[in-house]
Amino acid sequence: MRSLLLLATFVFWMPPLQAVIETYEFESAQMEADYKKLIDELRCLVCQNQNLSASDADLARDLRRETYEMLQQGKSSQQVVEFMVARYGDFVLYRPQFKTNTYLLWLGPFLLLLLVLYLLVRKLRAANKPVEVDAAAMAEAKQLLEEKETGK
Amino acid sequence: MIRFALPLAVFVLMAGLLWRGLYLKPKEVPSPLIDKAAPEFSLSMLDDPSRQLSTADMSGQVWVLNVWASWCVSCRAEHEVISALAARNLVTVVGLNYKDEPVDAARWLKQFGNPYATSVIDRDGRVGIDWGVYGVPETFVIGADGMIKYKHIGPVTHESLEKKIMPVLKELLS
Repeated sequence: MRSLLLLATFVFWMPPLQAVIETYEFESAQMEADYKKLIDELRCLVCQNQNLSASDADLARDLRRETYEMLQQGKSSQQVVEFMVARYGDFVLYRPQFKTNTYLLWLGPFLLLLLVLYLLVRKLRAANKPVEVDAAAMAEAKQLLEEKETGK
Repeated sequence: MIRFALPLAVFVLMAGLLWRGLYLKPKEVPSPLIDKAAPEFSLSMLDDPSRQLSTADMSGQVWVLNVWASWCVSCRAEHEVISALAARNLVTVVGLNYKDEPVDAARWLKQFGNPYATSVIDRDGRVGIDWGVYGVPETFVIGADGMIKYKHIGPVTHESLEKKIMPVLKELLS
């Protein structure tokens, strides 16, 4: 019974999934939407696999404050992103920008897909093509087979 | 022959990449501020809050900015190395006291010794954000032209001082 209770404790006790996040007042719904989108797409540099919205790290809190204040000052989402990239580099973005050194990152999967499709088509064509054997070799083979049969 | 050569080549390539991946340090995010002008700040000095120090005050000389805090354990570890660097009197070592209580910071310096020419107070961490600081300690080397030449992430060890920071300093000072 006691072990069952203990088990139940673990099963029914759910840790809070979202980090405790300070609440900000927004002037407009659009601004709030921008804020939420930004903190979802910006990476927390301390806990590198979390975004700003999920992280409870001190730096994440500061960067959320910075994001909020910039939006309040009338800056655009693009300006907030530029601010972060200027300080922390492209790594801060969960969705990397499309530029010279990220072409391979963005296009790589499609290139691989094309390569695989090409190889697949080639293989299928080869499999479906009737095998061409020249007539002389065919006749020779036939003759050999007949000889073998009659030879028995 | 090609039946074996191709998979082998792919295997060798993959193994090579993964092997290299083992030694990468994803925690050390390269700073976009290298070879860019050191971000401006104007902050109160820890030893005399009525006086301010700004980036402009340091122009014309090679200097080192060390980001530290009394709550930071690794700062204790590198304190000895920063002190050794300051003792060489090659460059001015400025401390950026990051998100700290000034009282705690002053006590920390008193207890362990103060290697800094001065420390400035970044109470809310805004200057830290401008410098792209995401973990304490961090150490920047700034040239006489006001450009950031090198950034060290994490505690400076005697080894990294000799192998990474000193060569940069020597080149800047020559």
